[in-house]
Amino acid sequence: MSHAPTRSAPRRTVAAVSAASALLLAMSACSTPSGGGDPAEAAPGVTDDTVTIGTHQPLTGPAAAGYSSISAATTAYFAYLNENGGVNGREIEYLVKDDGYNPANTQTVVRELVQDDEVFAILNGLGTPTHTAVLDYLNQNEVPDLFVASGSTSWNQPEEYPWTFGFNADYVTEAEALAQYADDEFAGQSVCMLGQDDDFGDEFLEGLENVLGEGSLASVQRYSVSNQDVVAQIGAMQAAGCEVNMLATVNGFTALAIGTAAKLGYQAQWMSSSSGGDYVTLAGFLGEAAPLLLEGFVTTNYLPYAPGNEWDDLFRQINDDYNDGAPFDGNTVFGMSVGYLFAEALAKAGDNPTRQGIVDAIASGDLVGNGLVPLAFGSDSHSAYKGVSITTVTAGVQDFIGVTYVSDGDGGVEPYDGDAVPLENDGVPTS
Amino acid sequence: MSADTNARPAASATPPAGIEAATPSPRTSGPLTTSIRAPRERRRRSTPRLLVTALVLTLVAIGATFLLDPYRNYQFALIAATFCATAGLTLLIGLTGQLSLGHAALMAAGGYGYALTANALTDAGVDGVPRFVVSLAAAAAASALLGLLLGLAAARLKGPYLSGVTLVLVIALPAFTSVFSGVFRGDQGVQIAYDGVPEVLRRIIAVEQWQAWVAILVAAVFVTWLAALRNGRAGLRMRAVRDDETAARLQGVRAGRVKVLAFTASSVTAGAGGAVLCFVTQSVSPGAYTLAFSLLLLVAVVIGGLGSLLGAFLGSIVIVMLPWLIQTATGALDLSADAAQRLTGNLPVLVFGVLLIVVTAAWPGGIRATLPKRLFSKRMPRAAAAPAAGPDAAVAADSDLEPRTDSAAEPIPTTTER
Repeated sequence: MSHAPTRSAPRRTVAAVSAASALLLAMSACSTPSGGGDPAEAAPGVTDDTVTIGTHQPLTGPAAAGYSSISAATTAYFAYLNENGGVNGREIEYLVKDDGYNPANTQTVVRELVQDDEVFAILNGLGTPTHTAVLDYLNQNEVPDLFVASGSTSWNQPEEYPWTFGFNADYVTEAEALAQYADDEFAGQSVCMLGQDDDFGDEFLEGLENVLGEGSLASVQRYSVSNQDVVAQIGAMQAAGCEVNMLATVNGFTALAIGTAAKLGYQAQWMSSSSGGDYVTLAGFLGEAAPLLLEGFVTTNYLPYAPGNEWDDLFRQINDDYNDGAPFDGNTVFGMSVGYLFAEALAKAGDNPTRQGIVDAIASGDLVGNGLVPLAFGSDSHSAYKGVSITTVTAGVQDFIGVTYVSDGDGGVEPYDGDAVPLENDGVPTS
Repeated sequence: MSADTNARPAASATPPAGIEAATPSPRTSGPLTTSIRAPRERRRRSTPRLLVTALVLTLVAIGATFLLDPYRNYQFALIAATFCATAGLTLLIGLTGQLSLGHAALMAAGGYGYALTANALTDAGVDGVPRFVVSLAAAAAASALLGLLLGLAAARLKGPYLSGVTLVLVIALPAFTSVFSGVFRGDQGVQIAYDGVPEVLRRIIAVEQWQAWVAILVAAVFVTWLAALRNGRAGLRMRAVRDDETAARLQGVRAGRVKVLAFTASSVTAGAGGAVLCFVTQSVSPGAYTLAFSLLLLVAVVIGGLGSLLGAFLGSIVIVMLPWLIQTATGALDLSADAAQRLTGNLPVLVFGVLLIVVTAAWPGGIRATLPKRLFSKRMPRAAAAPAAGPDAAVAADSDLEPRTDSAAEPIPTTTER
């Protein structure tokens, strides 16, 4: 294949340009035009009979074993809701994307949800490090970022992040409650902490020190999710003579910490954030030894996960009917409670929900939810629960012990004896 | 140019081992003198032309962003960022035969360099373009430093030992960031302030398009620099060292220095890619630069065509778009949630593996070699177009003897060799 010797620059440039154009055209061919659909649409993701929302969840990766059941439970609740007429005549479509608990993946899947799937809102994005990566993005794009599955106080910044609302009781409050409980029940014992190496651990430590005093912890250890070995940390706690160990850990690492301690022959009182304190999930990790290892294990909850509770009964029924009878645990209650709260907010947003409308509805402070303590949402609070109830494990059963604390708003907690929110209308919110 | 005909069989003799094809090909040191003389004249003319072509292609790429919707522009920006890294990697492997499995860590160095500098500047009250440019320079400096250190080690190592050292770097990254979590913020990574669309353009373009522009411009600058390096004397020395280190030394080429230079240059572009990724996503975390991603960069280079900038670009498109396409495809199927979940995690890995085998078996020259001949054969044979094709083929000036199908044009900054 020989060519004519004269090759002028323009011809070559033309060839190069057309090559590039061809490539780029090929790329644009696989793009879907944005917008689309009915121009009279009220808001992205809202049609006459559906509302599409999305979430990022760790379906794979280090946090999957503890949390992948949450989005399934939320989906099951929405199936129940849709069967019962939906919200204002609209069914809810819930798109669940896996981010593997990796902030880099979260950025990609959330952009995909917002720009490609054009969801109305992001609901219950899970994880402190993961959701932190998309906090700015969602607020810049004015996408409602509702009920983040994390207790970080980052979500409660109404001025800076008006579109973001948390769901969990925040870690500071939770740590304050546990510290108060430890101070009451285990006075004089040496308290230590094992925390995740991010805001989760930082805020938990802040809460503990608020109550116990700065520098009062005998040892503060941190772990990184990407390294599944905590022998060094547990060994250090043992060496420091820790008697009450506070855990700011995800479920997998709570189990790892307690299991590692057992292997080292180290006995202590364990107290964990609700994020890593679900007995059924932990038992799944620890196997047959679970009842023994977890006896006396203390954690908190702010949701009605207790045998005999009316919400609990309803959620068990929905779990059987719409979730193939998956194992029922604290995550199931969490997922369904999130679904219920979203449905309530959507109902309050009116017949033609807009993104601004649903955010206003939540900030109005009119939402009730289904918690053990009142919802704290308001124009100046984007935090859902400012209080928690203490639970303990006795003979393999995790239950409340009738001790509930709420934040006193001043670096401490006070006992709370108000009533939990009762079940209404079979868990189908009405506007 | 008998060397060309000599070298061709060498290329086809090692088809399935795409990676091996990058290692120095059999000695063809005879015509080295001719090739050293040749580029002198080429260089004089090629630099302005290189710049013109780069400019035109950059403008085409920027024009193309108008055709894309926001999410596609975001992907385009990711492709441009990845292209920075793969361009450096393909030239490193193609020109010097040094195989790096650690380019993700070099990208991370750039990303952290960018993020930490940007945060420091934000605290100091600097923002906008100055913040971007200074941070980008810091990113390039950080990755250059790491690349230099690595290059110093690399120059003394060969084959699997070199790969091993670079591999360790990627594996150590998460541990490193969590040990120094005061600075690097562990797994959560470092977040930076958001750079909006400049006031002038705010009415015309969306933020994703703006980010794509920035990514394209950075890629254009750094890849053009790489191309100029390749076309110049440095590139010639690299090829000489790759093909026969002893012969190169006899010619007065300082082999060690050349290798270190190549590694550092390659690191700088990888760092620029990391900085762009950080700019686009406003954060950098170790989870973005896993071993899998590092290997994927290599897959991109091999699939695209080793040693070719066009190939690196095509490979970048593949590794950014394929997982998304697969996910979209599986989403369209009516699978149970459980099955879909299992597929989305594993299918891309499987497809990449199959693709790699198919490409190396069917087209050892990569996707680039399968492109229509007519479009590209008008152009001159490329320096380093196919690393396995020997040095003389690569720098051969005599086009009439070039029945090569794999001469190529790059879509973004490119070179025209004469």
